[in-house]
Amino acid sequence: MHLSTLKKAFPHTLPVLTGYLFLGFSYGVLMNKTGFSLFWTSLMSLTVFAGAMQFAAIALLSTVFNPLSTFLVSLLINIRHLFYGMSVLDKYSNSGKKRSFLIFGLTDETFSINAAVTLDESVDKKLFYFYVTLLNYLYWNIASVLGHQLSFLIPDTIKGFEFVLTALFFVLFLNQWEIKAHRLYLIIGFVCTLIAYLLVGRAQFLLLAMVLILVAMGIETKWRASR
Amino acid sequence: MSTTQRFITILMMIIATQLTRWLPFLIFPEQKAQPNWLNFLSERLPYASLGLLVMYALKDVQLTQAPYGTSELISLGFITVIHTKFHNTLLSIGLGSLLYLFLFNFVF
Repeated sequence: MHLSTLKKAFPHTLPVLTGYLFLGFSYGVLMNKTGFSLFWTSLMSLTVFAGAMQFAAIALLSTVFNPLSTFLVSLLINIRHLFYGMSVLDKYSNSGKKRSFLIFGLTDETFSINAAVTLDESVDKKLFYFYVTLLNYLYWNIASVLGHQLSFLIPDTIKGFEFVLTALFFVLFLNQWEIKAHRLYLIIGFVCTLIAYLLVGRAQFLLLAMVLILVAMGIETKWRASR
Repeated sequence: MSTTQRFITILMMIIATQLTRWLPFLIFPEQKAQPNWLNFLSERLPYASLGLLVMYALKDVQLTQAPYGTSELISLGFITVIHTKFHNTLLSIGLGSLLYLFLFNFVF
């Protein structure tokens, strides 16, 4: 059961493997070049395990000590996770001992795979979610160590590898687009985020985007009920 | 920053990050029946979140300076065509990313 589920989960994680190799590697390189030892690089990948957060952490750890502001900035950067948790409440329920790890490792990429995947009855679903989470966790940690140790190899000329993750999200978006009933919500999510981005800029738009999404869905329900 | 201060700073990040991941599960424990509005949300939020993620991933595209996100636009258009034709997730992501790397590094 374990091996067959792992084999089933692995291909789904390949885009993440590619994306994390480059992103985690870049994180390790940056940490090293900013003067942190492998201990700090790995400690954060093992315990914080949040891509965007760890890049922000390099700056946060290089300025004046301010735990409260660190806490608030971290909340804001990660606030989108709230939506992920609410989206997978049912999928992750009754997963027993695996539950804590599933929730601990609920990154953008793991969420995008587990929330969008349709599995047939023969697959142990919770085990599948677990392996997707575990594999992604391993990729991220291995890539950060490699980046830290091999930072001297990196030419600064070729850039843009993180586009693999954009492509992953976009393809999962297209897959859902084929289901007509899901289209409206894909549009609501994208357009509300775009509006928030245009209104407040790239540093702080996520919170506003989430509020707009909730408002738009509220309006949509009212409108549906009134018809 | 001293070593202790570093540990505390990282601890703050861990608590904040985990809080955003755990909160929905803590507010709505498994045993309790979920309210209607939550069922409503959890049916729709996965797709709205995917829409949010696509835009979030594009947040660093420079729209006001040359080349105005041309590489991103062409690559996403190309992925749409390939994906509609072959319906192969890995193929679409792989070819789309290769095209992007080529355009971004060598064309624009």
